[in-house]
Amino acid sequence: MARNDKDIFYGVDRVTLLVYILLVVMGWLNIYAAVFDEEHQNIFDTSQKYGKQLIWITGAAIIAFSILVIDANFYTAFAYFFYGFFIIANILVVFLGREVKGSRSWFRFGDFGIQPAEFMKFATNLALAKFLSNQNIVVNQQFRLKLKDLIKNYKNTFIALLFILVPLILIKKLQDETGLAIVFIAFIIVLYREGLSVGFLIFGLLAAVLFVVALVVTNLTGLLITLAVISSASFLFVKRNKKNLILIVLVYLSAAGVVLATNYVYNHLEPHQKVRIDVLLGRGNVNLKKEGYNVNQAKIAIGSGGFFGKGYLQGTQTKYDFVPEQDTDFIFCTVGEEWGFLGSTIVIFLELFLILRVIFLAERQRSDYSRIYGYGVAVVLFFHLAVNIGMTIGLMPVIGIPLPFFSYGGSSLWSFTILLFIFIKLDANRLLILR
Amino acid sequence: MSSNAQLGDRKFIIGGFFCLIVLIYICRLFYIQLIDDQYLRSAQNNAFRYQTEYPVRGYVFDRNGKLLVYNSPSYDLMVIPRETKGCDTASVCEVLQITKQEYLRRIKKACQAPNSPRKESVFEKQMSPRTYAALQEKLYRFKGFFVQKRTVRKYPRPIAAHLLGYVGEISKEKAEKSTYYKEGDYIGISGIENSYESVLCGKKGTQIAITDVHNKVIGKYMDGKYDTAAISGKALYCSIDMDLQEYGERLMHGKKGALVAIEPSTGEILCLISSPSYDPNLLVGGKERSRNFTKLYYDTINRPLYNRALTATYPPGSTFKLIDALIAQNDGLISKSTVFPCNNGYPPGGGKPKCHPHGGGKDLIWSVAVSCNSYYSYVFREIVDQRKYPHFIDGYNHWRDMVKTFGPGTSLGTDLPFDKPGNVPSVKYYDKVFGKDHWRSNTIISLGIGQAELLLVPLQMANVATIVANRGYYYVPHSISGVGKPGVLDKRFKEKHYAGVQKQEYYENVIEGMQKCFEGGTASRSKIPDIIACGKTGTAQNPHGADHAEFQAFAPRENPKIVIACIVENAGFGHMWAAPITSLMIEKYLKGTITSPARLEIEKRMLEADFINGKTPIVETK
Repeated sequence: MARNDKDIFYGVDRVTLLVYILLVVMGWLNIYAAVFDEEHQNIFDTSQKYGKQLIWITGAAIIAFSILVIDANFYTAFAYFFYGFFIIANILVVFLGREVKGSRSWFRFGDFGIQPAEFMKFATNLALAKFLSNQNIVVNQQFRLKLKDLIKNYKNTFIALLFILVPLILIKKLQDETGLAIVFIAFIIVLYREGLSVGFLIFGLLAAVLFVVALVVTNLTGLLITLAVISSASFLFVKRNKKNLILIVLVYLSAAGVVLATNYVYNHLEPHQKVRIDVLLGRGNVNLKKEGYNVNQAKIAIGSGGFFGKGYLQGTQTKYDFVPEQDTDFIFCTVGEEWGFLGSTIVIFLELFLILRVIFLAERQRSDYSRIYGYGVAVVLFFHLAVNIGMTIGLMPVIGIPLPFFSYGGSSLWSFTILLFIFIKLDANRLLILR
Repeated sequence: MSSNAQLGDRKFIIGGFFCLIVLIYICRLFYIQLIDDQYLRSAQNNAFRYQTEYPVRGYVFDRNGKLLVYNSPSYDLMVIPRETKGCDTASVCEVLQITKQEYLRRIKKACQAPNSPRKESVFEKQMSPRTYAALQEKLYRFKGFFVQKRTVRKYPRPIAAHLLGYVGEISKEKAEKSTYYKEGDYIGISGIENSYESVLCGKKGTQIAITDVHNKVIGKYMDGKYDTAAISGKALYCSIDMDLQEYGERLMHGKKGALVAIEPSTGEILCLISSPSYDPNLLVGGKERSRNFTKLYYDTINRPLYNRALTATYPPGSTFKLIDALIAQNDGLISKSTVFPCNNGYPPGGGKPKCHPHGGGKDLIWSVAVSCNSYYSYVFREIVDQRKYPHFIDGYNHWRDMVKTFGPGTSLGTDLPFDKPGNVPSVKYYDKVFGKDHWRSNTIISLGIGQAELLLVPLQMANVATIVANRGYYYVPHSISGVGKPGVLDKRFKEKHYAGVQKQEYYENVIEGMQKCFEGGTASRSKIPDIIACGKTGTAQNPHGADHAEFQAFAPRENPKIVIACIVENAGFGHMWAAPITSLMIEKYLKGTITSPARLEIEKRMLEADFINGKTPIVETK
């Protein structure tokens, strides 16, 4: 053991490390392709984004090493401290930060900028893991209507939700960064893994589906009648007792509520968000020159890639700036165009593999803390993957969030690196300490 | 820990869910990358470079086939900033006579949104032929620059600016909304350039070039199979008579006002003059245009850009008496022989409205000829207060409805860019001003003589005279007599519109009075030799200063060829300025020249009179 204490790579999962490095390097090469122009061909030119990304990558490597060097107890002991620290940083940035594209979410240091909201992810994950590992939030799954029991049963759930909602609301309301805020919703899946009733998830999922259906179907009365028919029909397949009747009526009423609320919610969205939903669902007249431009150009770039792609640096769409934000949120377009179906699939599978690997590692932890933290890493990564790629291929509304390890940007790369490496460190120590 | 064991299975649900989503995404990718080829085609479109060939704008001819508007070539210098590397910058600056700073500023502008360093944008607009000649020799050294050929409008004679309007660069908002126009394109902004834009503009042509990754042109796409040639705009045949228009503008020079002439048998506008005017050649070209426009725009005293003939509303004054006379006859209230007393005003004995001395009470015909105010005060009350209607409000509404059949208070539906309705006040309006039941026919008596809130645009006045000349109908006035070729016209201009009074006898009575107007009446000094013309003077009081001189006339009496409405702002009596000008116009149009010495004397006086530049004319007393 003595020999291993000095080896900072002791116990580090090599597979995860390898996939991480692969993704970062591929990301860098694609950023080079995305902003390539003949006058600056040197990939190390720091006046260009790929040059800067190299600086970020170097920084990320240093951060990763530091995380591995520091004692794992540090992350558990200071979990709440990190959380508090970044909550304050996220409030301060509104007053001290530089305004970029209408929102104040950046601290600027010369040419470089840092977005504290990015670091809120790992801080929240740490705090959530700490809270959940000290509690037993397994809730009684019986169907009860007594308020007192409800509060007792769900008290810890509510507190856990608060950990998630505070940064979400802070980032959304103060900094107006919808993309960065919405990521925190992913932590609900962690709560599910730790015992949250499946009913919540199903209800949430159904509500989302109904929301979309209500937007697509213009005949709301018809929709309500259809739902009523389905509800009544479902009564034929269950035990016909009073409890099930009440349950079905309640489900129907809440579904109807969602349908009726849809228009209200939609009308209270900001104009650009409405447009993004319209673009996704093909509602109304979407002008491909304006509001539909991004998504359409993204689809064109990806769709023109074919099976093998056009070859590295040969993409015409990404090269001519047809696709906006192609080095950050729309980086996947470059992959799709230049590497084709093959390359896109490889990138998606690599990301998925990393996520599944993290889940696998999380499940082998002896401490609740490490497991919960691991799940947090997995869901955050997955959420980014699903939304980012979903929007470039027209399956999700446009929400500005990066593709993990791939997109250009220091804050996001560092934040994902910290998020992942804390877990790698926790995993490396899994046999030594029982937390 | 025990709970963990129970919940352990959830890892499969979560993992499975993740895999499911990814699977859906892979399917979607499979579809858009391998099955659906619309994206591939779109991508090819993106890699094409579309070079625009601008069409020649349609020519405009006058009614006699003379050229009113044509085009002359102009050259824009375009730049693709990315490709300017190695360009002889100093030479560019020298040829264009700009500083290095200016050069850099323009390049920077061409790089910023909505422009792009990879796309062409205008570097120098409409170069002078000399600059272009100098530039062409050296163009091969100016990397990234090329010349885009366009055309600008030219006007052989500096006339009809208000009617023709002008062409200019499209506004940003419009360009964004349009699928055809792009920023920097030219579009008709006013006049017929605007109302017939779709005809004049033609269609842009495109040449599709294939570009490589470096945006260099490799060749023509499919050997030019999909290239389209620009289609020139169609010619427009304008109904105006160029010579008449020019003569009218000369007569109206130095006066503020408007003159509209219509051919009554077709509704074609023979001339449309708004004075002061400007030379349409001023609003052509790039830099010049904006400089001149600013100058004209800020001339707030003369307001040369203001189209008085179509947008200025004036009280019709005494010219309105024609309509009153027709309505009253139609209602059976007066006849040819009806006489109303007049003693300097209504009620007799110097009441208000006042009347000028014209030798006591007159019958219908002479009331028109001498323009008796008292007569039409009686007539107006007769109409509004007639027994038939239980309440005078109904009488008033009847009068108003009848007036509207002659055009006032309605949009005529012309092909001109402005189509103002003017104003015939409603009952509601007076209820608001005086209070309900607090007004009578007496309160609004001045409406009867075309004053008070009654407002018409000059074109409507001409249209009223047209109805009289036609004895009861009109065609919607229009400025274009043929699109593409002469006679091809929207059918709405070939449809007769009938006024509320149809009996020929009533019109003949009024027309008889109008003829007497020239022969012993108010316009007798403007009598045209050898032509039987009919006219009606007007002197409109207005809040802006001295009275407006107004005149409406048509000639000859039978089968009239021309109808004119003329207004000279703040010039006093209608018979002194508006009538002579109108009579000269009629003579010129029907005879071609003015010959008699007496008439030439009048012509000289009219041409020299300059109200604007302070040369106040000698005001004669009648």
